[in-house]
Amino acid sequence: MKDREFDPALSAKSMVRRGVLIFALQGIFVAGLAARMRFLQIDQADQFRLLAEENRVNVRLVPPSRGLVYDRHGLLIAENVQNYRAIIIREDVEDLEILLNNLQTLLKISDDKKRFIKKLVLKHSPFVPITVLNNLSWSNVAKISANAPVLHGLTADVGLNRHYPRGADYAHVLGYVGPVSDFDLLKRDDNDPLLKIPRFQIGKTGVEAKLESVLRGSAGTKRIEVNAKGRVIRELSRQEGLSGKSVQLTIDTGLQNFTLARLGKKSASAVVLDINNGDLMSMASSPSFNTNLFVEGISTNDYAALRDNEYRPLADKSVQGIYPPGSTFKMVVALAALDNGLVKSNEKIRCQGHMEFANRKFHCWKRLGHEEITLTEALEQSCDVFFYELALRVGIEKITQMAKRLGIGIKYDLPLSGVARGLSPTKNWKLKTQGESWVLGDTLNVGIGQGYVLASPLQLAVMAARIASGKVVEPRIVKRLDGVEQQILSQSEIGIDLSALRLVRSGMYDVSNGENGTARASKIALNEIAMSAKTGTSQVRNITKKERETGVIANEDLPYNRRDHALFVGFAPYDRPKYAIAVVVEHGGGGSKVAAPIARDIMLRALYGDIPPLEAYPEEQRSKIAKRFKDLELNPVSKANLSKGNA
Amino acid sequence: MSYLDYSVRRIPTGFQRLAYINIPIIVLLIVIASIGFMMLFSVAGGSAEPWAKVQMTRFSIGFAMMLVIAFIPIWFWRNISGLAYFISLALLVLVEFFGVSGMGAVRWLDLGFMRLQPSELMKVTVIMLLASYYDWLPRNKVSNIFWVIVPLFLIFLPCFLVIRQPDLGTALLILLGGLSIMFVAGVSWYYFAISGLGIFFFLFLIFYLRGTEFQFLKDYQYRRIDTFLDPASDPLGAGYHITQSKIALGSGGFSGRGFMQGTQSRLNFLPEKHTDFIFTTLAEEFGFIGGISLLCLYFLLIIFCGIVALACRDRYSGLVVSGITMTFFLYFAVNMAMVMGLAPVVGVPLPLVSYGGSALFVLMMAFGLIQSADIHRAR
Repeated sequence: MKDREFDPALSAKSMVRRGVLIFALQGIFVAGLAARMRFLQIDQADQFRLLAEENRVNVRLVPPSRGLVYDRHGLLIAENVQNYRAIIIREDVEDLEILLNNLQTLLKISDDKKRFIKKLVLKHSPFVPITVLNNLSWSNVAKISANAPVLHGLTADVGLNRHYPRGADYAHVLGYVGPVSDFDLLKRDDNDPLLKIPRFQIGKTGVEAKLESVLRGSAGTKRIEVNAKGRVIRELSRQEGLSGKSVQLTIDTGLQNFTLARLGKKSASAVVLDINNGDLMSMASSPSFNTNLFVEGISTNDYAALRDNEYRPLADKSVQGIYPPGSTFKMVVALAALDNGLVKSNEKIRCQGHMEFANRKFHCWKRLGHEEITLTEALEQSCDVFFYELALRVGIEKITQMAKRLGIGIKYDLPLSGVARGLSPTKNWKLKTQGESWVLGDTLNVGIGQGYVLASPLQLAVMAARIASGKVVEPRIVKRLDGVEQQILSQSEIGIDLSALRLVRSGMYDVSNGENGTARASKIALNEIAMSAKTGTSQVRNITKKERETGVIANEDLPYNRRDHALFVGFAPYDRPKYAIAVVVEHGGGGSKVAAPIARDIMLRALYGDIPPLEAYPEEQRSKIAKRFKDLELNPVSKANLSKGNA
Repeated sequence: MSYLDYSVRRIPTGFQRLAYINIPIIVLLIVIASIGFMMLFSVAGGSAEPWAKVQMTRFSIGFAMMLVIAFIPIWFWRNISGLAYFISLALLVLVEFFGVSGMGAVRWLDLGFMRLQPSELMKVTVIMLLASYYDWLPRNKVSNIFWVIVPLFLIFLPCFLVIRQPDLGTALLILLGGLSIMFVAGVSWYYFAISGLGIFFFLFLIFYLRGTEFQFLKDYQYRRIDTFLDPASDPLGAGYHITQSKIALGSGGFSGRGFMQGTQSRLNFLPEKHTDFIFTTLAEEFGFIGGISLLCLYFLLIIFCGIVALACRDRYSGLVVSGITMTFFLYFAVNMAMVMGLAPVVGVPLPLVSYGGSALFVLMMAFGLIQSADIHRAR
């Protein structure tokens, strides 16, 4: 690469010249840095050292108070209570052993506790303030303050702790806060300096977690002057943070409490939805647990007990639990058939107890069959063969479309943990996930809500609400944010022929009120508030041919986790629907026997706004019902606790 | 002169090369990195977890990478310069689409076993590309306007991608590293004078457009500039960093508070205390003596690299070595200036000392290139 005009030697010289020039510039810059370092560390050192060591000015964070949470009537369900606590900053401690001995003689703490504190303190960096004692009484705070000279490094102060006055009622919806963990810090991309405060409480599950940004607020700062020992001399200035915004939920605490009590110790869940605006009035998942245990960090034993419980108290079954909907899915199949004109309202289909298909027998729950029945009768008596036939006519894709229109297999945008999507299966879905192609037998199973279709109790309640109103009811759980009423989600017409909806509704009315209705034993006696409903019993097991020959084993005789799920969906009053309900009792047995009575009690509680009067029940059942209500462990809402609207 | 021009017989081959490895540079690298381990150990409150141990492993891997690169002839690296540049450019584009975010920016690619920061890689590959470009370009065309625009484009393309992440500090380093090569390669003074004026105008625009929807920088970047100009205006945010790090430096004084004696309580809320602000810990614990020693070590490293640059007789080696040296200089100069309150907080790590994988690996690879240039030069 020789060129004529340029002398390479000259060019190389220019490169060297420029290299040296840059090199010289770097040298000058480094000299500048050295000079600056000298200025800061030697010339100004005294000044900064004073700032740093003698009476240094510290900037401390002032944690904001977390936003309050109210129920729909303004009852406080998450508040902040003052918590007097003792804090150790290891840096300021002269001798930890002596300090702890002094503390022990002063407050009479146990040896175990002392060892625990010592371990805790030594685990953290010396400058981090560590809370060693919580919930101190006033007299103990006074003792600490009075004996400050022998307790170098230990101070008493007051902080705010989250408290849930109705702990177990809102365990799943509201969730809980807990001390921020390293895992939380990794998981969320959050630079809020508040998170650096040891044991700062952040939302872990439910609304507390999902609305964390709203509830947390932002940090304030205070400039304080401290002496060489780190003791605060005075506060110089304070910049207030913003306390968290308040949230009002749509849940009715009284109803929520009743619902949980009524579900009792079963592994079950229930959802009550206001059909007119989509407000979730109650969302219960039992068994529940006391969320206050989590606020300061739950003990390993308590946590293990909750985690290993067979009934899974930690899961929010109302939105996370997905179940085969069983016969409650028959409305979907019926509407799909009616909407596509594949069945007539007066058409009769013959049920002889089973249907032969592809060399397999698909059974009806009634071995002897229902003879010739119409669609409304088939709903009333929950005939399986009728819906096998409809499913075959309609085909899986149209059933799935209808399921989605009615809200099954759709993920709702609610601020709750792990809201499940459920499943409305399609041919493609099966091919992709199971690697097998769809067979007509699958369609038959889906026709009675078994097989691949899965729905959460929330989705079932939404389905009932949409059938009842003919509108696309969207559930919501936040009523007000920061005092601002939230918009009710749009409720457009669902676009199903009204006569089809009417036919299905009348079938559902008969389920509860008809002569042969599967839920007739749990009917509401007053006709003006009568319920339209559908029961469901969904199998967890396959009944083998051998079993059929030897006689099907009774549900009660099966191991718990192979028993059937009991389901119930409904709405009331039947002609002017106000509330929709879904109840699922895991491995509970038959929907009509187990889920229906629970659903009736909860629905009546919702309609009356209080413990329902006995007139609402058929006469022969009243004494039993009265006894049941007496045995319920309720925690009623006292009217005095209601604040008008909210803050 | 390209590598073809010199006599092959005078270039060390085989195990001979071991004898020509540049020992001072290696010693300096190890010493500086060890200072880093010590500081990470101290910042963690006297524990090898979570930083020091990982950093030592990374340094060992980086060191091995450096040796491997060093023993591969420099002309191999020259030949793959273009490829290296386009691979890192492609990675930068991937960050746009698949990047993992952290601290309000999207800079990383998740490779499963590590999180790669392609912008770090870009700092070196842009230098490699420009060096091979000027090696290829006939020297009488260096100041030709077209042949000046081409390298500018090659520099600004990655800069643009990096600014979008957004990572102003790295973009600045790529830009200045590239420009320094153009300068050393002999691009006419006039261009630099004109671009100086351009930068002035650009800065003017940045502030002029603030608050409108056309603003160039993110709000937090504007705030950082504000707080740089007046640290008291934001006592908890970025101003807090600067004030607190100045206090830490000052309280270190002449001889420091002693190893592990720094009360980092003041740096408690610094999220970058183990990365960008690690110098404050050093200056607090070892005082002026410690700070100036590190500065001298860095400068010594620059000197030894500078000697290599001047000794290289082929153009590619000379340019690559001076470009890398310049980038290394920018790393520590910008970081120290930032910590000492002389420059805005832009997020540049202290090279070889700050905790961070990508930056360390890339630096060690770059030093591998310097070694390779030194070993394979004609003697």
